[in-house]
Amino acid sequence: MATSTASKKVQWTPTDVKAELLKKYPPKVARKRAKQIMINETSDGEISPQITANVRTIPGIITMRGCTYAGCKGVLMGPTRDIVNLVHGPIGCGFYAWLTRRNQTDAGADGENYIPYCVSTDMQEQDIIFGGEKKLALAIQEIYDIMHPKAIAVFSTCPVGLIGDDVHAVAKSMTAKLGDCNVFAFSCEGYKGVSQSAGHHIANNQVYRHVIGENDEPVKGEYKVNLLGEYNIGGDAFEIDRILEKCGITLTLTFSGNATYDQFATAHQADLSMVMCHRSVNYIADMLETSFGIPWIKVNFIGANSTAKSLRKIAAYFEDQKLIDRVEEVIREEMLDVEVAAREVRSRTEGKTAMLFVGGSRAHHYIELFNELGMKILSSGYEFGHRDDYEGRQVLPNLKVDADSRNIEEIEVQPDEKRYKPRKSEEQMAALEKSGMKFKEYEGLAPDMDENTLIIDDLNQYEAEKLVELLKPDLFCAGIKEKFSIMKMGVPMKMLHNYDSGGPYAGFKGAANFYYEIDRLLSSNVREFLKAPWQENPELTGAYVWE
Amino acid sequence: MLLRHTPKEIGERKAVNINPAKTCQPVGAMYAALGIHGCLPHSHGSQGCCSYHRSALTRHYKEPISASTSSFTEGASVFGGQANLLQGINNIFSVYEPDVIAIHTTCLSETIGDDLPQIRKKAEQEGKIPEGKYVIGASTPSYQGSHVTGFSNMVKAMVDFSEKTETKNGKINIIPGWVEPSDMEEIKRMAKLTGVDTIMFPDTSGVLNGPMTGEYKMFPDGGTTIEELKSTGDSTGTLALGDWCSADAARTLDKKCKVPCKVLDIPFGLKATDRFVDAMRTVAGVSVSDELVYERGQLVDMLTDMHQWTYKKKVAIAGDPDHVIAMVEFLLTLGMQPVHIVTGTPGKKFEKRIEELTKDKGFEVNVKAKGDLFLLHQWIKNEPVDLLICNTYGKYIARDEDVPLLRWGFPILDRQGHQYFPTVGYKGGLRLLEKILGLLLDRKDRDSPETKFELVL
Repeated sequence: MATSTASKKVQWTPTDVKAELLKKYPPKVARKRAKQIMINETSDGEISPQITANVRTIPGIITMRGCTYAGCKGVLMGPTRDIVNLVHGPIGCGFYAWLTRRNQTDAGADGENYIPYCVSTDMQEQDIIFGGEKKLALAIQEIYDIMHPKAIAVFSTCPVGLIGDDVHAVAKSMTAKLGDCNVFAFSCEGYKGVSQSAGHHIANNQVYRHVIGENDEPVKGEYKVNLLGEYNIGGDAFEIDRILEKCGITLTLTFSGNATYDQFATAHQADLSMVMCHRSVNYIADMLETSFGIPWIKVNFIGANSTAKSLRKIAAYFEDQKLIDRVEEVIREEMLDVEVAAREVRSRTEGKTAMLFVGGSRAHHYIELFNELGMKILSSGYEFGHRDDYEGRQVLPNLKVDADSRNIEEIEVQPDEKRYKPRKSEEQMAALEKSGMKFKEYEGLAPDMDENTLIIDDLNQYEAEKLVELLKPDLFCAGIKEKFSIMKMGVPMKMLHNYDSGGPYAGFKGAANFYYEIDRLLSSNVREFLKAPWQENPELTGAYVWE
Repeated sequence: MLLRHTPKEIGERKAVNINPAKTCQPVGAMYAALGIHGCLPHSHGSQGCCSYHRSALTRHYKEPISASTSSFTEGASVFGGQANLLQGINNIFSVYEPDVIAIHTTCLSETIGDDLPQIRKKAEQEGKIPEGKYVIGASTPSYQGSHVTGFSNMVKAMVDFSEKTETKNGKINIIPGWVEPSDMEEIKRMAKLTGVDTIMFPDTSGVLNGPMTGEYKMFPDGGTTIEELKSTGDSTGTLALGDWCSADAARTLDKKCKVPCKVLDIPFGLKATDRFVDAMRTVAGVSVSDELVYERGQLVDMLTDMHQWTYKKKVAIAGDPDHVIAMVEFLLTLGMQPVHIVTGTPGKKFEKRIEELTKDKGFEVNVKAKGDLFLLHQWIKNEPVDLLICNTYGKYIARDEDVPLLRWGFPILDRQGHQYFPTVGYKGGLRLLEKILGLLLDRKDRDSPETKFELVL
């Protein structure tokens, strides 16, 4: 099977494309995939198409998805710098999640940074047969003796759940034994759930249970906020830190880019939670609100306009003229460079087309950046999104909870007896809402996509190639596994999981960076090199003319 | 300091592995399977395994890596993965149309006791394997061995194809071991120069170092064909390169089809290459070509010319057993002193072999099988070295300890060239030596005071 984009250009309707994508599948697969491929029709307001998402991956179909462990350890807990992540299982899972996600960290004044370490119980056959609890306890002790960390997080991989090691009991007894080290565990075996998404939920639950609210020592500073769902890929969180600091906003916690244990432990003291990647952290945002009375809003620091909008939202929430003025000043100042970059590249990016298949929020976030470049998104979708990520949080009550989702624990949270304190009165909240501020809400990807574009959940390798072949985008965005098959077709490819060693792309400086990067990719002239002179003109038409 | 929590004092560790010098079996099985033409590797486990292995191999080769997975859910983990695998096989043959599916297991499917041969039989009975298509399988639980044994197990599974007919094919089988596509190409070139007709399996050249043509081929032109794999049973003999990676397959083939085998080191460096060429010449009954003799002479020339720079330089090395054994021998040839030696793969025979090689060389050697990079780093802190040879993960130690790093082995995630330029054979030896000298002399130039900074070295 060979695919290339060089064939003749035909105008395809979305219905044709969908039919082409499904054509080769066995009937059962085609039926299932048909529900995950949606032709976007939201803009007429009447029809609200539904997409099937967060359902099982089809065995044998080459998916982009990873597993629950990857979502829990790799994505959510990995970026925290001063918690030792101990992977309980055979060596592979620890190895592959070792420094491969580009979460930047700064060891800070305390000097604690365990990110460059891969720590594993490296389970052997006898541990599988006789159980791994003793080895786990000993491993925790050995880490403590060598490194003396504040906390050790234990992650279960597939066989651990099957052999029934009680990782939580081991963690609890080791916490008691060590005295000054919080040990807690995540039952994030790879087979749970249908994608990384289940792992995010598991991480949220355990962080809430074991770390949030552990430290009541007052956090100093004005306008205290949590930034949830920002993982500091390529330094994104550092750029957001810079901007917030410039505005005078105090960041209590970034969950979890370059985070520290104490940031998590004091997060309950913030006055507002900002949710960046809602797919991965909306759970804890809710828990922080229910337990401690911290309201949450959706923000997006991807794109200069989105960043400005998000900053204005924060300022509006605090209802403080000093902050409102400062934010406007910062935006004015920062936009100067952004505008220079946009002016420089826009003539080359305007009207170009892209496809985005990434994450559970990212594909949506990046639409804003492409809008700023005047580019058009032909098709997009998530790897591990749920229906609310496509259609908006209002669909949550209508979501069908299937067996796979039921397997993931949903924890009941009560208001904290002593520390629950609504940050705003009911009247204040009502007034803010009236003025247009939306709490506990996010929009889906679909409303931001053009009419008749294709929204595809859990896109796979076969469909990706077909899409590129049929619609010939100028740029394709996905992850490492997709990168080189797309590039072989001569189409520029940008990784939006890990940025191909680039970034930051968040905030103002990040936006400018991204503009230049997309300009570089679109001006790629690889097609010029594909044919050698003798392939361009294979016919010999005369003798060689010597000088 | 990046590895600031690594103390100089070495304490005993019984349970925790820190900064592994190995990974798990399935990724090796996947790499080996990519060396069969028209083959789709399939991971029988939860989808994260497959995703991780594809990512690791993609980052190493900067090439597309296609592989599928049984995508276990909790249900499959409880009731067994048979239904997922049967459905997977059907979908794969319908959508991707490979010639072969090479299935490997994972810790998940092994722990629940899925029986691959039985599931394959069922797939056959249910007509899920089309006429002329094949499904092979290897058992590769992650809690045994390492990526190296996973590779070996999948190569062994390829012996399933071998058939013994009445007629010998006059060829020599070469099992190259876990080496780069460029190395496989080089081994084939050397065999051709020697006038030996070979079947190499697996063969990832032309699969994982393919050209840019504007066209994506899910199954590139390279790889050992099914016809070749079948024919291995009629070969004159098998040269298995690397005890850890290739010996099992060679011995299995000998048992099955009476094809005698010889297990050799992977031809890294002068002496191992000499033994390989000598073995080829002997089994094929030919004389060694002048070209190879010439190349050998060039390597000997360069190592003598440059001896003053390599002599008594201390080296720390981490890698896979077959690689490290051959490399240690080469370092000794260069007059260097490999003082700290680690492999993550278990096996006492590794330590024994290293001890034999380094015995009576006049320096103490730290060696450990089933070791990790944390231990290697501690050894370096206690006795500093002039050079570190390791995969990309070594760069954290190299930076902290200010030691030059030769990236060699798997995975190399941050430099290019391994796909295209071999390190096996005499030519490969020259390249290794060039790289080692470059690192040592760049370091000398960087560290020499102005008075001692010299133009000619």
